[in-house]
Amino acid sequence: MTSYIVIALFAVGIAIGWLLRDKDKTRKGVDTAVTWSVYLLLFLLGISVGINKEIVNNFSRIGYQAFWLTFGAVAGSVLIAWLVYHFFFKTDNEE
Amino acid sequence: MKGSLIILAFFAVGLLGGIYGLFPDWLLNEDLTTYALFVLMFLVGISIGSDKNAFYILRKLNFKVVLVPLTVIIGSLLGTAIISLMLADIDIKEATAVGAGFGYYSLSSIFISQLHSQELGVIALLSNIFREIITLLGVPILVKYFGKLAGIATGGATAMDTTLPVIVKFTGKEYGIIAIFSGIILTILVPILVTVILEFS
Repeated sequence: MTSYIVIALFAVGIAIGWLLRDKDKTRKGVDTAVTWSVYLLLFLLGISVGINKEIVNNFSRIGYQAFWLTFGAVAGSVLIAWLVYHFFFKTDNEE
Repeated sequence: MKGSLIILAFFAVGLLGGIYGLFPDWLLNEDLTTYALFVLMFLVGISIGSDKNAFYILRKLNFKVVLVPLTVIIGSLLGTAIISLMLADIDIKEATAVGAGFGYYSLSSIFISQLHSQELGVIALLSNIFREIITLLGVPILVKYFGKLAGIATGGATAMDTTLPVIVKFTGKEYGIIAIFSGIILTILVPILVTVILEFS
């Protein structure tokens, strides 16, 4: 349920943002509010992780998994980007 | 970079306080996080919707550029899916959800910890921060060996802001617009793809 509400709010936000696109002061305020809500949420995530013994005790395993997932995401993206660049971009834009 | 350090600091303060039990119980209320997430997503929506640059850029591009965010999506999901076969306690669904963060660590970690588990949320946080750091440090080498889209591809969602300067510096101004375009599309897709992967597969 939460995810549907979140996606809906996101879509409504985009529409409202479009209406507010010429209000520079409001836009700046919104960006500041985004930054602070991210801080708040990461702080709260920190707390709930901190009281979760299972995560705290397995932090090195979690870091190991994160490292390899990053490697996979980066390697996959770069290799496909290399193909796409050669087949679709290189010939048009440069020698 | 400075932004990610501040965010990590907030996470670390919460983490240490949690470990040593320094915070009152009401802060641990799940509902608080949920409502904060509602507010955040609404605000992120407004921020993206009001970005005049985005629409201006769209008009200047040809159809081919949609291949760039598509590259990042396929590459990240495929790469993390393959890695999941090698990791014992992460399945394909969890791995690709982390991959679908595309470097947008703040939002993806919050989302994943809400929809799935805090442990996977922390993995997403670390993994997507690593992705940003690798991009900031690695773009010169990656571009040299894998072509001019490599920096935009590793940057993922961050190619529109935090990693844009290094991408432009090492691939040229003409790729700056493509980087912003790809970053915007991926930023919008992060919450959607993460939800689809975790809830519907």
